[in-house]
Amino acid sequence: MAHESSYVPGNAVEKWIDDRLPIIRWSKEHLMDYPTPKNLNYWWTFGAILAFMLGVQIVTGIVLAMHYTPHVSLAFDSVEHIRRDVNGGRVIQAVHTTGASMFFAAVYIHMFRGLYFGSYKAPREILWILGVIIFVLMVTTAFMGYVLPWGQMSFWAATVITNIVGAIPVIGNPILELLRGGFAVDNATLNRFFSLHYLLPFVIAAVVALHIWALHVPGNSNPTGVEVKSSRDTVPFHPYYTMKDLFAIVVFCIPFAWFVFFAPDILGHPDNYIMANSQVTPTHIVPEWYFLPFYAILRAIDFNIFFIDSKLGGVIFFAGAILVLFFVPWLDTSKVRSGSFRPIFKWFYWLFVANFVLLAYLGSAPAEGIFVLLSKIATAYYFIYFLIVLPLLGRFETPRELPTSISESVLKHSTPVGGADPALAKTTH
Amino acid sequence: MIKTKAIIGALLVSILFAAAPAAAQEGGHSTPEIKKEPWSFAGPFGTYDRNQLQRGFQVFREVCASCHGARLMAFRNLSEPGGPEFTEGQVKALAAEYDVADPSVAGGTRPAVPADRWPSPFANEQEARDANGGALPPDFSVIAKARGTTQPFPWWILNYFTAYSEGGPDYIHAVLTGYHEPPAGVTVPEGMHYNEYFPGHNIAMAPPLSDGAITYEEGETGSVPQTTDQYARDVSAFLMWMAEPHLVARKEAGLQVIAFLLLFAGLMYLVKRKLWAKVEH
Ligand code: HEC
Ligand code: HEM
Repeated sequence: MAHESSYVPGNAVEKWIDDRLPIIRWSKEHLMDYPTPKNLNYWWTFGAILAFMLGVQIVTGIVLAMHYTPHVSLAFDSVEHIRRDVNGGRVIQAVHTTGASMFFAAVYIHMFRGLYFGSYKAPREILWILGVIIFVLMVTTAFMGYVLPWGQMSFWAATVITNIVGAIPVIGNPILELLRGGFAVDNATLNRFFSLHYLLPFVIAAVVALHIWALHVPGNSNPTGVEVKSSRDTVPFHPYYTMKDLFAIVVFCIPFAWFVFFAPDILGHPDNYIMANSQVTPTHIVPEWYFLPFYAILRAIDFNIFFIDSKLGGVIFFAGAILVLFFVPWLDTSKVRSGSFRPIFKWFYWLFVANFVLLAYLGSAPAEGIFVLLSKIATAYYFIYFLIVLPLLGRFETPRELPTSISESVLKHSTPVGGADPALAKTTH
Repeated sequence: MIKTKAIIGALLVSILFAAAPAAAQEGGHSTPEIKKEPWSFAGPFGTYDRNQLQRGFQVFREVCASCHGARLMAFRNLSEPGGPEFTEGQVKALAAEYDVADPSVAGGTRPAVPADRWPSPFANEQEARDANGGALPPDFSVIAKARGTTQPFPWWILNYFTAYSEGGPDYIHAVLTGYHEPPAGVTVPEGMHYNEYFPGHNIAMAPPLSDGAITYEEGETGSVPQTTDQYARDVSAFLMWMAEPHLVARKEAGLQVIAFLLLFAGLMYLVKRKLWAKVEH
């Protein structure tokens, strides 16, 4: 939001700094005064939770890297060494691994929030696209991180997932060899994954900075989807949202701590406590839970489509499932932003959520019997939602009447009798 | 209305996501369901029973250690708090009974000291296989976390709320007590043994335990039954300790952290409510 700066340097030193690098002015504008819609619900706290989780992952990751050894014959033991011999190592290590799961839980909620409330619509398309880029980076980082403990699942997940790159015609094999640093997943793979796993979180941090920049230009959307019309619709970010976000972060930490301290391995697979062995294939190769929906889509394509064989088809759908997200701002043709005012959209949306959960389940189920058919149906709906439902619904659906402003909708909630505040009834732009 | 739907949706997403890995294991093997045993170290308040760990160590040392290694366990761990807590003198004497490889001394081996790791029973994998009819006895260091059990839908969802992490010891106890004659019509290959709980049922390990095989010393807490079931329980508990030596400290810290977080969340809620009381939202 463009707004007048209210910053007045408090003393000579601050003034001196302000004339050279107005960083205090910038912080006051963006971290304190930033006008934020006053009707945000708790789904809007997940951005702050994500920023917190990124910090947690980077800090714990740096400590782990001090004790970790990226070598095929030492990696497994070095992670155990952290758990057993490093002071506080069991907890730091558990925070990092369960932290990855909590990070993904939060990012999925954050994305589904965006899909429900139409946060990706103009003028927030770039904000959304930066989000999708962050998601792709997160997936890559988590995948590489999972390889580092060099357990059976690490090794076989690395083998299976890098393998799919090989399905791409012509350039597939050279890329595959580049990724692995050789013909098979081995020491070279482990080393480059470690290097990239250390690098990518900082790239994510940089894209998050852009993400928040892109947020601060139009300002937050809100549950009504009606843009801010006057300063009556907003409150300063600090202290209203700093305190609300902090409250949400603390609450988020409770289940997080539950897993870290009482069940640090429950989100993982026991096979990863067996050292990687290229001679023994586990009975079931399953990725981490947060990849399961996409893994299900990858496996759903078990048939050839004309000249495209099933393997390449799987890769196309897998990549397409993520790529389609980039185009959501243009696929959704509805003029109404928030799903709250779209009676038919809601049905398709919640079906999409349930379908996504089903995909996760199917990703973990063996590819046999009824699961094969279900995977295909669920994959089809995933794409139908984006490519058919969102474009058409905007044309045919009659949305409910929108409130004229945030303040009006807020008043309707809190004072059922009486009318809207006359002072804000007619603020047009 | 929208809110409740949203909350239900979010709960669904989070629960089912968290539950998916368990579902993955569910499809695994066609073995009968393994019972959850009442371990002293289960749940947020769980702690190891020192006497049980000492007995479990005795079973490990007298029986299992001739085939299974424990390469990540140092002798000194046996005297550390939260474990079997043998005295330092006992551990020193125990270590001295074992020889460890040390290329810097004449002859290449010397008696172990508490800082040494538990010596492996075989020099390498090939030797271990040769001695066991081609099968490899797995190292015990983290075996209690490398095995697990599965529950049918929807019961595994409960595991996330009870913090069920004892699938390893439950499985090991089940395997050790799961030997019996094969059902009619099933033939067990030469050198294999029928086991109800081992995936595929044919295990290369002969039943290592039998009633009365190990003599427990009369402890402070009175006598403990000298049965296969009791040995299996004790050694499983010991293996859990070996895989998770800091479990007790971790859970104690967890209770403090969660108590703190609950308090902090309560205070933050009050701060937030007071602040927002002035704003219509
Ligand atoms: C005579 C050697 C020998 C002794 C003694 C022995 N084991 Fe084993 N054990 C084996 C072999 C060999 C295997 C591998 C079995 C297979 O893969 O079929 C094995 C496998 C195991 C497994 C892994 C089963 C699985 O799921 O893969 C466990 C657990 C185990 N033993 C526990 C014990 C315990 C506890 C003791 C002591 C009470 C013990 N063993 C004593 C030889 C032995
Ligand atoms: C490390 C990961 C991420 C961080 C730290 C982050 C941070 C934030 C923050 C702080 C906000 C403002 C508060 C809020 O609305 O919750 C926000 C808003 C937003 N984010 Fe993210 N984000 C991340 C990932 C993503 C992803 C993966 C997407 C989508 C693919 C996304 C899409 C959006 C959108 C559309 C908004 C605007 C919401 C609105 O105002 O209605 N973000 N993000």
